Amino acid sequence: MSSNIVVRVEDLHKRYGNEEILKGVSFTVRQGEALAIIGPSGTGKSTLLRCINRLTEPDRGRIFLEDTEITSPHVDINKIRQQIGFVFQDFNLFAHLTALDNVRLGLMKVKGFSKKEATERAMHELARVGLAEKAHAYPAQLSGGQQQRVSIARALAMDPKVMLFDEPTSALDPELIGEVLQVMQELAEEGMTMIVVTHEMGFARSVCDEVIFMEKGVIVEQGPPEQVFLNPQQPRTRQFLGKISELYGGAR
Amino acid sequence: MSVILSWDTWRLLLAGTVVTVELTASLLAVGLVLGVLVALGQAYGPRPLAALCSSYERFFRAMPILVLLIVLNYGLAFLASTYELLWLRLPAFAVAVLAFGLHSSAYQSQIFRGAIRAIKPGQLLAARALGMTRWQAIRYIVLPQALRLAIPGWSNEYSGVLKDTSFVFAIGVTELTRQGWQIMQRTREVFLIFITVALIYLVLTYLGTWLLEWVERRWGVPGLTGQRQEEYGRVI
Repeated sequence: MSSNIVVRVEDLHKRYGNEEILKGVSFTVRQGEALAIIGPSGTGKSTLLRCINRLTEPDRGRIFLEDTEITSPHVDINKIRQQIGFVFQDFNLFAHLTALDNVRLGLMKVKGFSKKEATERAMHELARVGLAEKAHAYPAQLSGGQQQRVSIARALAMDPKVMLFDEPTSALDPELIGEVLQVMQELAEEGMTMIVVTHEMGFARSVCDEVIFMEKGVIVEQGPPEQVFLNPQQPRTRQFLGKISELYGGAR
Repeated sequence: MSVILSWDTWRLLLAGTVVTVELTASLLAVGLVLGVLVALGQAYGPRPLAALCSSYERFFRAMPILVLLIVLNYGLAFLASTYELLWLRLPAFAVAVLAFGLHSSAYQSQIFRGAIRAIKPGQLLAARALGMTRWQAIRYIVLPQALRLAIPGWSNEYSGVLKDTSFVFAIGVTELTRQGWQIMQRTREVFLIFITVALIYLVLTYLGTWLLEWVERRWGVPGLTGQRQEEYGRVI
């Protein structure tokens, strides 16, 4: 393993029709690091995240998971995706399955666990997000915050090397955001490697080790949270953070 | 005019009912398998396959069932005798299942296509993100939901084809309506016979619909199937 870099993105480009969404993005994430990606809507943050497990195919550039180049055409992408947890903005739980089966399905059908092993593992992950007692509830019987916690458990059960969060709290009622952020904070403290696209500035600031401010397909500024939030070098970063704090009365 | 049907008449009508039920069940089964495949081809197949499935669906929906029955019956018999393909010499009942199955599969494919479209596409992304193949995502996420969502439309297809099966008299299969017709020719009991036949169809429709409603409840998933309006309060 080259040093302890888990994800390396090199000069990533993506275009939809005439619109260039990503214009050469590069960064690395180390083992145990939590990286926040912030910035205005429509600047390619989600596209970037989806390129990392190739739910979206990048046009140009390379992505490595540890030493494996996952943008190589020779790679078995299904094998790679098992090692990358992905949490969606709108949860995307399987509607016909209970919380337990949502977490268990990938273990049984992708990883080949027996039902007994899968059940044990799934119950462990549900307990980890505080939802062991909801194991037999269907998604429609859970609140948004609970659904998102199940989807985090579903991703964690696969024992990923990195977790990608795509605005995990943006579809939630304000009073449900806290429970999801708390689970994510615990994960970060346990040393999970994470990339989090978020509008929760308080979370980025207090939980993450590194912050990237992105706009119009490029990284405008990058650094530890104290630097990006308290002493931003770029005028555009200052302007963006200023608008956010106007809205919420100080970073949340 | 007698008001009570003889035991012999009942026996014949019940024999016809059995043929009707067997034919309906078989054609629905054939149509289900083909219909699901056609719908999956339309929804997820590569472009040429999707186009092929759409042509199939349109062709068989355009064919009147009577024409299909006769063409298949004589067409297969012609091929069997001209080219000495003995395995093509099918009994009339099998020809009927085939013709009705193809016809129904075209209609059923659209029931399933609608059901597939009702599934939120994000679930497929989530399945792929876990490392499932495309086929696994269809098998474990799309099919279980689509089959449940298709039940109300399927119930409609059942009650439709149940009565259409009477066309098989054209190739010499005697089912319920045909039995009634033959008895009537002999006994001249027009009203009594056909009221009885109609009642038998009514019972079959009720039983089938009830069975499907039971299946829908049995396999029901909160939030996905079978919500009744009362759960949300009466809106209208």
